[in-house]
Amino acid sequence: MRLQLSEEDEAFRAELRTFFTTEVDEGVRATVRDRGELTKDQIVATHRTLNAAGLAVPHWPVEWGGKDWSPLRRHLWHEEMQRACVPPPLAFNASMIGPVIATFGSQEQKERFLPPTANVDIFWSQGFSEPGAGSDLASLRTAAVRDGDDWIVNGQKTWTTLGQWGDWIFTLVRTNPDVKKQAGISMLLIDMRTPGVEVRPIELIDGGHEVNEVWFTDVRVPGENLVGEVDSGWTQAKFLLGNERVGVAPVGATKRVLAQAKEWAAATRSGEGTLLDDPHVAVRIAELENELMALELTALRVVANSADGKPHPASSVLKLRGTELQQAVSELVVDLAGPGALAFGTSEADSDLPVWARRSTPTYLNLRKASIYGGSNEVQRQIIAGTILGL
Amino acid sequence: MDFELDEEQQALREAARGLLRKRYADFETRRGTVADAPGFDRDTWSRMAEMGLLGLPFAEDDGGMGAGPVEVAVVAEEVGRVIAPEPFLTSVVLAGGLVAAVGTAEQRADLLGGLASGASLVALAHAEPGARWTATATGVSAEQGDGGWRLTGVKEPVPQGAEADVLVVSAALPDGGTGLFTVVADGDGVTRSGYRAPDGSRAARITLDGAPATPLGEAGQDQATAIAAAYDAARVAAAQQAVGAMQVALETTAGYLNSREQFGVPLKRFQALTFRAADLYVAVELARSLALWAAMVHADPDTSATERATAAARAWAQASKAGRLVGQEAIQLHGGIGMTAEYSVGSYTAHLTTLDHLLGDARHHLGLLAATVGDHAEVDPLG
Repeated sequence: MRLQLSEEDEAFRAELRTFFTTEVDEGVRATVRDRGELTKDQIVATHRTLNAAGLAVPHWPVEWGGKDWSPLRRHLWHEEMQRACVPPPLAFNASMIGPVIATFGSQEQKERFLPPTANVDIFWSQGFSEPGAGSDLASLRTAAVRDGDDWIVNGQKTWTTLGQWGDWIFTLVRTNPDVKKQAGISMLLIDMRTPGVEVRPIELIDGGHEVNEVWFTDVRVPGENLVGEVDSGWTQAKFLLGNERVGVAPVGATKRVLAQAKEWAAATRSGEGTLLDDPHVAVRIAELENELMALELTALRVVANSADGKPHPASSVLKLRGTELQQAVSELVVDLAGPGALAFGTSEADSDLPVWARRSTPTYLNLRKASIYGGSNEVQRQIIAGTILGL
Repeated sequence: MDFELDEEQQALREAARGLLRKRYADFETRRGTVADAPGFDRDTWSRMAEMGLLGLPFAEDDGGMGAGPVEVAVVAEEVGRVIAPEPFLTSVVLAGGLVAAVGTAEQRADLLGGLASGASLVALAHAEPGARWTATATGVSAEQGDGGWRLTGVKEPVPQGAEADVLVVSAALPDGGTGLFTVVADGDGVTRSGYRAPDGSRAARITLDGAPATPLGEAGQDQATAIAAAYDAARVAAAQQAVGAMQVALETTAGYLNSREQFGVPLKRFQALTFRAADLYVAVELARSLALWAAMVHADPDTSATERATAAARAWAQASKAGRLVGQEAIQLHGGIGMTAEYSVGSYTAHLTTLDHLLGDARHHLGLLAATVGDHAEVDPLG
């Protein structure tokens, strides 16, 4: 057993750290540091900066821009980005549809879609969930019916994150209602400017506009936009959801926020001293720090042991505990803000309170989603109980 | 970066597991063993000595194997898996570790040689009524007279205090500081009153009334730092021992949920129960990660005493919390059978409880970590 990184990996890490802290726009990093909301332009520009340096899609096949890194290097890449307040490459493109097309798509689809996907010339949205199909995704009802070479799509998707900015949407649609529900699903790529596609915002408890409903009314989709075989969509969905779970525990970002929380606590008067002098606060921080360290080490154990491509059985721990700790740190911050938590996302024009305090409640409320998406934490418990404990 | 055991460490694990399983695979054997004095199996202790386990961390010149904290952790995990009552943690790692750290060459050869061969049992008498988890002693005082050093006061609880041949005793020195002494356990001025700890291991009250004592190492030296370091090493080993115990408690519980039927279906059909079992798995894996890390920190010759103390506090804080969760839930998920002495999970819980209070609970260690929480920005296990 050896804890230190090899010299090569240490150098790799240092190189990334330098790149992220010097080449990525400082305004973007400041927005992330302040836990603000990024604009579409900021997300796209950062992704392109990373892509130009070959750092946006390192996990793709090499011929489409991948780097063939070890799982450890991918981990370091991800952690260093978070530590430097760099928003990671757009997940819909880099982690979700890109790898699916590279694995299941036709040669024509790869050539047509992969380069613009890597560079966010196409801003993708995810069209999986429906009002009646959340964790039970296979129950989806949005239907696609043949019309010559084309498909005619009718139905409704929901929780479409950043759908208001989407150029294209990758969807799961029911192409065969007469078979077992998993066996009648296909994956279609749909241009969101096609007539009959309508995006409607959903207002959330944090006051922001992050998710949408997407309605399809007699939307005509060319047959060439089908990924893989007809009715094989469940295979691609499982592949994509498996990828989604990897890296979903944002240990680096949570650590960074906790480090900031200490600064904020030390800058807030309480009694005779500061909040950081309050033993209850200090112990709570120490405990979160220890839990995060245990999680980070678990993540390192997982990446160190997944070299043969098989996921480590403990990887469900990362999603489950990673999101719990992310939420716990956001709860700590809203508590540190105290009365400042009432300045619910206000701007500098309306409030003298520090930005972290003004953002604390929206962030706390927003992050309740973390234990719901990406396979809810109940689904993760099911996976652990079933596949690891044999229950 | 590498979290895997090398071939020699794997061989050590297999050997220790084989030996301890052979004796304790049947839980009833453990029950029988802890029921009678001395609370562990002398034959198994001898076999552990033959295998080199009792001298594992000591220098070869002192009669040991010259292994490090990772090897100690490997054996501790196996001890934990069967909750073997042999005092590997308290006698070898804790008492022996302190002798190795401060004893003279002659004392090391004598005491550690005897310990490693299984010929004599050494116990650390440090805890005192009215104090908890400190590195100093006030309840026993040392005086130097014409005939040498004498100790007076009470030590309790002393693990294996009534069974030990030699006691390593901490005491307040006349000029201040905490010294260390060896005392012949059945010698003059020593009164021992032994009892069973919650997990069936043995502890004792030891009353010293002018008991003749020999300074361990240099006479008159304050050894509080060495005492603290020995406890830290014990915490790292104990964290892995607790992980071994938790792992088996979890496996036993999962097995029970799989087989036990209620309302005409196996318990595993009740999601409320399987979800709780999943949370136990998460707790065990997180504790395992920190325990492995702490062993590596202790094995690294370049780490400072402060770094090793912090690593021990981190590992044990996590193991303490996880141990309570796993122990409590293992009993609850078993229902009434978990309460019985003849079924194993209750004893695993009792063992985790014993370790927790021997070495300082999560609250204690989180308090220590909290005191320095403002001194660093982030904690980075990779340095």
